[in-house]
Amino acid sequence: MGLSRRVVELIVAIGILLAGLAIIIDSVHLGIGWSNNSPEPGYFPIRIGGILMIASAGIAIRAFLDGSPTAVEPFVSWERFRLVLAVFIPTGIYCGLIAWLGIYTASVLFIAAFMIASRKFGWFRILAVSVGSMVAVFWLFEIEFLVPLPKGPLEALLGY
Amino acid sequence: MDQVTSLLDGFGVVLSVYHLWLMLLGIVLGILVGVLPGLGGPNGVAILLPLTFTMAPTSAIIMLSCIYWGALFGGAITSILFNIPGEPSSVATTFDGYPLAQQGRAGEALTAAFTGSFFGALMGMLLITFLAPLVARFALKFGPPEFFAVYLLTFCSFVGMSRDAPLKSIVAMMIGFGLAAIGMDTMSGQIRMTFGVPNLMQGVDFLIAVIGLFGIGEILLTMEEGLAFKGKAANLSPRVMFQTWARLPRHWLTLIRSAIIGCWMGVTPGGATAASFMGYGIAKKFSRNSDRFGTGQVEGVLAPEVAAHASGTSALLPMLALGIPGSATAAVLLGGLMIWGLEPGPLLFIEHKDFVWGLIASMYLGNVAGLLIVLSTVPLFAAILRVPFSIIAPMVIILCAIGAYTVHNSMLDVGLMLLFGIVGYFFKKLDYPLAPLVLSLILGDKAEDAFRQSMLASKGDLTVFVSNWLAGSITLLALMLLFWPLITAAWSRLRAPRRIVTP
Repeated sequence: MGLSRRVVELIVAIGILLAGLAIIIDSVHLGIGWSNNSPEPGYFPIRIGGILMIASAGIAIRAFLDGSPTAVEPFVSWERFRLVLAVFIPTGIYCGLIAWLGIYTASVLFIAAFMIASRKFGWFRILAVSVGSMVAVFWLFEIEFLVPLPKGPLEALLGY
Repeated sequence: MDQVTSLLDGFGVVLSVYHLWLMLLGIVLGILVGVLPGLGGPNGVAILLPLTFTMAPTSAIIMLSCIYWGALFGGAITSILFNIPGEPSSVATTFDGYPLAQQGRAGEALTAAFTGSFFGALMGMLLITFLAPLVARFALKFGPPEFFAVYLLTFCSFVGMSRDAPLKSIVAMMIGFGLAAIGMDTMSGQIRMTFGVPNLMQGVDFLIAVIGLFGIGEILLTMEEGLAFKGKAANLSPRVMFQTWARLPRHWLTLIRSAIIGCWMGVTPGGATAASFMGYGIAKKFSRNSDRFGTGQVEGVLAPEVAAHASGTSALLPMLALGIPGSATAAVLLGGLMIWGLEPGPLLFIEHKDFVWGLIASMYLGNVAGLLIVLSTVPLFAAILRVPFSIIAPMVIILCAIGAYTVHNSMLDVGLMLLFGIVGYFFKKLDYPLAPLVLSLILGDKAEDAFRQSMLASKGDLTVFVSNWLAGSITLLALMLLFWPLITAAWSRLRAPRRIVTP
């Protein structure tokens, strides 16, 4: 990514600033003063929002004025960021799949996808590892610890 | 002494086959968690916490604390063999540990690290055994103003004493407070900051934040480094073990000094990670071989491990006695205690004596068992890291997702976890410290309640915080620690010798 560290710092700081603003706006309508000798619900949050805005403004200003060599180098190189995305996007899809297919099926697909992408494994190993590990997890959570996890159509078919 | 009897009672509670099995399981899981990336201390405990919901609190905390132990031990394995710190507190172990491994002396390094950890943890536990009840008794005098002052002290010391940029620590802390405020406000019943999302009414659970920030965030960050784990061979023969043990007493001064540093840093909030660096730095300063530090000195492995484990253990002292966690992992354990309905703090020692002393007793046992287990299974765990990353990464992510889901059986939490993962990635890259965020997320509500109760009692008078000597001195200490960097800067400028400039 061509964004320099300085720019990303600035963006993040401004994002936090806006979050602080959102907190302040929400607090105002809750009441920010005193009532019945105790602070109203918005009393703490507005001060938190205020400190957040001031501190992040400070960080933003510092980032803006920072001309040191580390500040102008890229935040993350494209090759590295690609690797990060290569994990993050599948993870996002995986989380979506959990709601639809249940966690066990989604996980089998998830592990299998990674193993296939690495191109180092044969089909048998991929199946063995992905299915095998999820069967183990199933045993550990559903049977041993009695902690229910989201299930989907496959488990419904099998009677769970 | 009273404490010794209580401790023996505690052993009585712990020594059952079921508990010993849980301890074993906990230690093994802990080492696994400490060895795998993205699953270090706070995250691992957070993921495994929901597993314990079906257990009795005593059993649950025994298993969790053994997981904590295991993670501490496990962090050293990856530091030494792979130059990858498994935990932030294992970073300093890599300085001399990895060079030792490169020289084929991994066995020595590992033995030294584990024994040092054992020793440091033992010191921490002795501290807890003898001091915690006293602190708890003292804390019985605390009312809401004193508690708020102590919370203030915790937050200020995290900001003032840590090595991170103060502005960023403040931001992290405020974000944690903000997150803590989301949901229903207990004192007024009003709903804060949900912005119309109904599921947010129950608030943002700290476990989700921890799993996302420390787990997913860490994995994303690790991905940048590429996908390979190339480690050094680890052969830990008994002969090497005994040889190293024979040479350890020579470093007795380092051991004791690092233990003291660790205990002190652990008890003061915010100190756990810094403890290992301080231990290393001071050992280097005082050693006869200081210039050989960094090239493979056993002392350079001992010092940080002793300090890190002493501090990791003593971080549990303020957690148990006052309800103030001294480290991020202690904070997660604190959260767990609150979930089981056990309020850490002085009343815990009175109302739940069995629980507390059972926990402390299990820590002694867990430490010994941990040492034995880890020494005998190093090659096994090291081999796990040879498993290709394309298998490990998805498995860790799956565990994180499971962990996030099981907290409230909610898919929203899994989504939140992803969000926190993104935040964690960016924050770590931009050097925003995460521990203050977790801390204020966990303590935020309690701190606010303490503040409001104090205000109710004093009818709006802010001077209640300095009204008696106890609250006042703590508040003063808090403010001092907050401005500590400014104070030290001004002090050193005052003391700079005046130079006579010769033309």
